[in-house]
Amino acid sequence: MVGRIQINQEWCKGCGICVAFCPGQALGLAEGKVRMLFPDQCVGCGLCELRCPDYAIWMEAGDAGEARQNG
Amino acid sequence: MAEGRRLLLHGNEAVVEGALAAGMRFFAGYPITPSTEIAERCALRLPQVGGRFIQMEDELASMAAVIGASVVGVKAMTATSGPGFSLMQENIGYAALAEIPCVIVDVQRAGPSTGMPTSPSQGDYMQARWGTHGDHPIIVISPSSAQEAYFETIRAFTLSERLRVPVILLMDETVGHLREGVELLDASEAAASDRLARDDAEQAEKPYAVLPGEYVPRLSPFGQGALYNITGLIHDDRGFPTSSKEAADRLCRRIMEKIAMNAGEIERYESRHMEDAQVCVVSFGGTARAVQAAVDAARGDGIRVGLFRPITVWPFPEAALGRICGRVRDIVVAELNGGQMKMEVERVAAGRCRVHHLGRVNGAILTPGEILAAIREVAG
Amino acid sequence: MASRLIERYMRGAYLPHIWCAGCGNGIILRDVVQAVDNLRLEKRDTVFVSGIGCSSRAVGYLDFDTLHTTHGRAIAFATGIKMARPELKVIVLTGDGDAAAIGGNHLIHAARRNIDLTVVVLNNNIYGMTGGQFSPTTPIGDFSTTTPYGGIDPDFDIPALAQAAGATYTARGTAYHAAQTTKLIEAAILHEGFSVVECVTTCPTYYGRKNHRGNAVEMLKWQRDNAIPVAQARNLPREALEGKIVYGELWRCQRPEYTRQYAAIIERAGGKKQ
Repeated sequence: MVGRIQINQEWCKGCGICVAFCPGQALGLAEGKVRMLFPDQCVGCGLCELRCPDYAIWMEAGDAGEARQNG
Repeated sequence: MAEGRRLLLHGNEAVVEGALAAGMRFFAGYPITPSTEIAERCALRLPQVGGRFIQMEDELASMAAVIGASVVGVKAMTATSGPGFSLMQENIGYAALAEIPCVIVDVQRAGPSTGMPTSPSQGDYMQARWGTHGDHPIIVISPSSAQEAYFETIRAFTLSERLRVPVILLMDETVGHLREGVELLDASEAAASDRLARDDAEQAEKPYAVLPGEYVPRLSPFGQGALYNITGLIHDDRGFPTSSKEAADRLCRRIMEKIAMNAGEIERYESRHMEDAQVCVVSFGGTARAVQAAVDAARGDGIRVGLFRPITVWPFPEAALGRICGRVRDIVVAELNGGQMKMEVERVAAGRCRVHHLGRVNGAILTPGEILAAIREVAG
Repeated sequence: MASRLIERYMRGAYLPHIWCAGCGNGIILRDVVQAVDNLRLEKRDTVFVSGIGCSSRAVGYLDFDTLHTTHGRAIAFATGIKMARPELKVIVLTGDGDAAAIGGNHLIHAARRNIDLTVVVLNNNIYGMTGGQFSPTTPIGDFSTTTPYGGIDPDFDIPALAQAAGATYTARGTAYHAAQTTKLIEAAILHEGFSVVECVTTCPTYYGRKNHRGNAVEMLKWQRDNAIPVAQARNLPREALEGKIVYGELWRCQRPEYTRQYAAIIERAGGKKQ
């Protein structure tokens, strides 16, 4: 079971770290905030959560790439 | 070891015994003349009562460690002299703003700078009040005997704990090294007040909020699960930095008002032969001992002179001295500095009587003979 | 709304934090709480202490008893806490200026005593809070607002300094190597004695901009490409390590811990029954 990506856009400062280091290139920035662009490319590694300086993106138990966006 | 007995102690040792009687269980300090015996006796005595002593790398660290110990609920003290007192000032301000109880002993020596390390002085009078930056509350107590050093140290802890304010015990080399018989209290008699704490949900939410009609927050010690923040930044009731002008105004006024609202309890002075006096000598600490001898001698000569001795020197006992200023013709301020308390006396006198100064800045003390001569000159 | 880890250990009402976009401090603070979570430390038995600077704002976001002190003095405040209540876990979060310049004396003396504190130094190679002046870890030759012609001050190696002064555990992590850094912080907290973990963080706003290091992403990529694991570094000549970050556990030894020794003094003095 791999995780499900969660995003809190209110906390995202748009630094682009998660986007740059996403191995599946699943993430992108839109209007300065992170977006899950290609859910099927998310491998559920959780590196975005580890390196997000703002705790705006994280993985919860569930299927890979099922992004739920908030804020 | 020493409770309930009369011992021959010098002032510095009496301070330690008073602190132990008050429940002090942590001391951090750095050696400096003429305060070193306080650290030495703490190193010996504290582990005997389950307390802890640490010699830090400097006075900045000593003051910081004292605040750290107090934050977890342990009554804490440090001791130093002029140069070290200067180094402690920033963290004294931290304790004043963050409202962490602590007692700082400054055994004054002649300054400025390294000055004359083994010579007495009262040159830190203004620094004790205004040494740290910004408007801040402080209480300063200046004993004039070993016995008084013992009792006033206990009172310093009570005031510090109750009002959550740094209390400075402003000693001088004369009192610090003067050996006298000191009556020690039983532990039960001596017990100084403890700080008030609360452990309800409100405390965790708003640790710096005060209860209706109160001026002092009841912060619970760290390590008991309240989980709150303490900072030297201007903070709100939750203990977090704020740039709100209203919150800043409320905090900065409250920490001053808690002193003003408790002035009666804080104020302490000795008034001697003042009933019919035309001349009043104002003096404090070790110098007041010589003044007392001079006043007694002058009375023997028929001069109507009295002594007014502030024991709590900050806040200055202006109401009590104000009443004297309306009655006497002359005031002589005798102190081992260039006129620091004289400035306070002039402010209170506000032209109602003449204010003279008998000061000394060369490391020597004022003798009873010199003071008597000054009294005679003023009395005409 | 946040991850379980963040909701459990941080004061969500104060997030998002004050740090700039892409500042590595947020990554390292997450490493710290992950380490605390992995070790199952009790909140009421754990105190965080910090000094002044960007790094030191970290404690305000932690849902623990937190003491934000004066510039440079965090380790000295923490020493008082640990001496007064040795049963508490005391963790210091500090910066390169806070720990190695104004507070350098406290760092070396706490190391000498081997008092059981864990010091996490968030090293961003610059004074960020005051707007980009050089710090004791700004590499020689680099630029800052107070080295407009390039710096002539050599830089400190903080773990080496702490080791020389007597620290019994030292390590270095980076913002990029989040998982590894978490493990190093965990080991430091578990270690009984004075432990220092230097966490090389990224300041895109001042250090990065002044030294043409690119944005936050570029700075993390630089860490990825220029960090050498300590085991590998030990087999490399000195020149090969020039300008690199050697990360991992750097030093570990056992020496009597200070508060434990003081407990023996209390016993010797007869104060234990009190």
